[in-house]
Amino acid sequence: MTYIAKPKFHHPGLKKNELGYTHRDYEGKISTLCAGCGHDSITASIIEACYELSIEPHRVAKISGIGCSSKTPDYFLGNSHGFNSVHGRMPSVLTGANLANRDLIYLGVSGDGDSASIGFGQFAHSIRRGVNMTYIVENNGVYGLTKGQFSATADRGSKSKKGVTNTDNPIDLVAIALQLGATFVARSFSGDKSQLVPLIAAAIGHKGASFIDVISPCIAFNNHAGSTKSFDYVREHNDAVNRLDVLVGRDPIAVDYAPGTVQVVEQHDGSRIALRKIDADYDPHDRLGAMTFLQKHAAKGQIVTGLLYVDPDAEDMHEHLNTVEAPLNSLEADSLCPGSAVLDKFNASLR
Amino acid sequence: MKPTDIAAPDYFHKVVDCQWACPAHTPVPEYIRLIAQGRYSDAYMINWKSNVFPGILGRTCDRPCEPACRRGRVEETPVAICRLKRVAADFKDDIRQRLPRPAPKNGKRVALVGGGPASLTVARDLAPLGYHCTVFDADPEAGGMMRTQIPKFRLPNSVIDEETGYILGLGVDFKGGHRIDSMKALLAEKYDAIFVGSGAPRGRELDIPGRKEAAGNIHIGIEWLANVSFGHVDKIGKRVIVLGGGNTAMDCCRTARRLGGEKVTVIVRSGFEEMKASPWEKEDAIHEDIPILNYMVPVAFKQVAGKLIGVTFQHVKAEYDAKGRRNLVPSGDPDQTIPCDDVLVAVGQENAFPWIEQDCGIEFDKWHMPKVDPKTFASTNPKVFFGGDAAFGPKNIIWAVAHGHDAALSIHKMLSGEDISERPLPEVQISSQKMGIHEWSYDNDISVDKRYKVPHRDKIVALKDIRAEVELGYDVKLALGEAHRCLNCDVQTVFSTSLCIECDACVDICPMDCITFTANGEESDLRQRLKAPSLHPDQDLYVSGDLKTGRVMVKDEDVCLHCGLCAERCPTGAWDMQKYLIEMTHAGSTCPTKSRSAA
Repeated sequence: MTYIAKPKFHHPGLKKNELGYTHRDYEGKISTLCAGCGHDSITASIIEACYELSIEPHRVAKISGIGCSSKTPDYFLGNSHGFNSVHGRMPSVLTGANLANRDLIYLGVSGDGDSASIGFGQFAHSIRRGVNMTYIVENNGVYGLTKGQFSATADRGSKSKKGVTNTDNPIDLVAIALQLGATFVARSFSGDKSQLVPLIAAAIGHKGASFIDVISPCIAFNNHAGSTKSFDYVREHNDAVNRLDVLVGRDPIAVDYAPGTVQVVEQHDGSRIALRKIDADYDPHDRLGAMTFLQKHAAKGQIVTGLLYVDPDAEDMHEHLNTVEAPLNSLEADSLCPGSAVLDKFNASLR
Repeated sequence: MKPTDIAAPDYFHKVVDCQWACPAHTPVPEYIRLIAQGRYSDAYMINWKSNVFPGILGRTCDRPCEPACRRGRVEETPVAICRLKRVAADFKDDIRQRLPRPAPKNGKRVALVGGGPASLTVARDLAPLGYHCTVFDADPEAGGMMRTQIPKFRLPNSVIDEETGYILGLGVDFKGGHRIDSMKALLAEKYDAIFVGSGAPRGRELDIPGRKEAAGNIHIGIEWLANVSFGHVDKIGKRVIVLGGGNTAMDCCRTARRLGGEKVTVIVRSGFEEMKASPWEKEDAIHEDIPILNYMVPVAFKQVAGKLIGVTFQHVKAEYDAKGRRNLVPSGDPDQTIPCDDVLVAVGQENAFPWIEQDCGIEFDKWHMPKVDPKTFASTNPKVFFGGDAAFGPKNIIWAVAHGHDAALSIHKMLSGEDISERPLPEVQISSQKMGIHEWSYDNDISVDKRYKVPHRDKIVALKDIRAEVELGYDVKLALGEAHRCLNCDVQTVFSTSLCIECDACVDICPMDCITFTANGEESDLRQRLKAPSLHPDQDLYVSGDLKTGRVMVKDEDVCLHCGLCAERCPTGAWDMQKYLIEMTHAGSTCPTKSRSAA
């Protein structure tokens, strides 16, 4: 970690967003993670995405569990709400918070240990319920805080820093999220911000369960030759199916794409995603196709990245449950306790 | 772009903006760090070696370093470099033991004409090498214009005495009250070399109607200042007009305020903004209730029977022609006569060499200036060198010092039988500042303090005593605060292409968004693709070799805070913070060979 605070000065030519903030205004405290950690790049990408979307920091709730990844909410959006829950319980806390106040933007930040091991069940249920959130897994394949044991997402056959081969099968969180009905599913790489930043921005704009698996090399324990989550390995095996631009407001879509290569997805919040296809056959609206594509490429040792599946008409948990629209903390006594006449009517309906 | 050659001494020198801008290339951040550590004597000696007159320059320098200071591009105001120099001089211990000892004479004799900063610098460099240096000056004491033209309320005699004394104490022969009025006669005395540092001693005239008739109340600025300095003049009329907008005009008006001038007005031809005077000198004048009127051209001195009663001015305005040149044209407003008792004319200075005969082998150009080589300071007579204002017209003390160093080097080389046109490279040291994983041997925590004001003497007291120094200088606490504002630009960010794994950690942490990883391209193209806009194309881009992904690292040096966070967050040590110390070669320093020692 670094002893000094990041200097307050910023570049005098820094652009400001619609709210008059620079990207520096979306920072948090200085990172205490190891130098070079991929998680810091994800932190920077979240900062960039929120800056570009001109999000008011007080409208964001960032919730995390335990682990290196779950420490990162301290390093971005220093003026947002935060909750650092117990290990693996981020999805439940987030679900609860979302039920109480659907007006906030929910950022769930977790890691491969937090979501694929101790919190695997929590992860599964928040996805299947369709909680409106952006669920980011910072996936490095090792337990960094306990000095580098394989995590549940480590590939079978990959090697630890000390040379031990992993004999367990890996959990592919993207495949599970697809299977459990997530309505926005993506994978990216901490070393590729040009792909990751618009993915995060698009996920925030999506109404429903958005899941992003970000491969994030652990410099201290998982960036060596036998690793499948090292900078070099991911760069060599990265198979991006598409790139995207997030368009906010009424700006026309840039026309410098070759015809037929751009697919526009309208989002609930009015933003649009311009998807530039790299793999011409890949259809991000086909859940089954995505699952097959993923399995096929995984078998070949390729890491599929990009926006893998999106359902622009998704519904979220509140629609399923028919809950009240207003945040619970804004409900006054007369609506919480509407009186004996209403109670009588209600009781009568049950007779 | 090609990978940046950081072994070229100039590359990192340019990053140290202040040192690069200083004519004498004083290692500014190095001495500011020493001040922060309370090592005032060490800080003083660094200055003494480089600019010879730290106490004098710490009060009077034109400070080309400050507009260049990187801090001025990061926030509103640069570091008060000049006044920190004074701190080193004010708080140092007795440094006489650290000065060179008078050396055994080597038998070579050098004559120095004029006892100002240029000549004294030459003597300072040559005397310790054994040269017999003789300084001639028409005034009884050494210092030249530093003593005669700069008012005592800005620069007390004690400071001049001390710092000229250090030089004369090296065994330099000072012949005061000895005006050289014939170059031929001087050449006949068979000196091995002659250095002319006689300044720009003549104040420019203002030949408009009434000048002759009212001569008794019209004074040439620098002559009048010299007369005040020597005590020949001790009063002036109640209403004074100062004509001219340079630093001499500022000294004139402030001096007049102290000699009985109650209503002192500075009047300039051009606009207020274009005045040659340093902004802080204008501020000081205005603070002493001296209005500065602009766009007024003097057309006549009004007099009644030889008694000056006022000056008539034409009002003008600035117009720009197609080429962007400015012309002052009449504004159409009626002429205005401003009543006054005395006028001080400070409209410029000129060189004058009536004492150099035509047949001395010294050629002059069409502006009557000697032909001087700008690198070696040699004239067309190989034994005669020029420096300071005498070489290229009026500049300021720090330029005279820089000229003096170069001329001394030329004289030393010539008298050692070497080719004076071969200039030795500066000596460069570069060393890592890493002390531990997150510890550096310099203070990398960036202070956000605004520039500290230098305390001034109370105005009423200051205006009563012409010898009372107005600026009191920083105290230790203020100096420490100001020293912390320095960004340590000499602690360089050094990048090793082969170690980089492109993890982006440096990009993410850099508070100034200086670092970009992108595809290589031409400089103009790269500047368009930086993470933060390139605001100053004169500031270099530091470009790495090709990285594994085929991209390059590009760092815009412009607003780097040298906080070292890139190096702290780098997992492989591809970034390192290395202190770069460049020292200009002076006469007698061991000249490094052509092989460079950087990085």
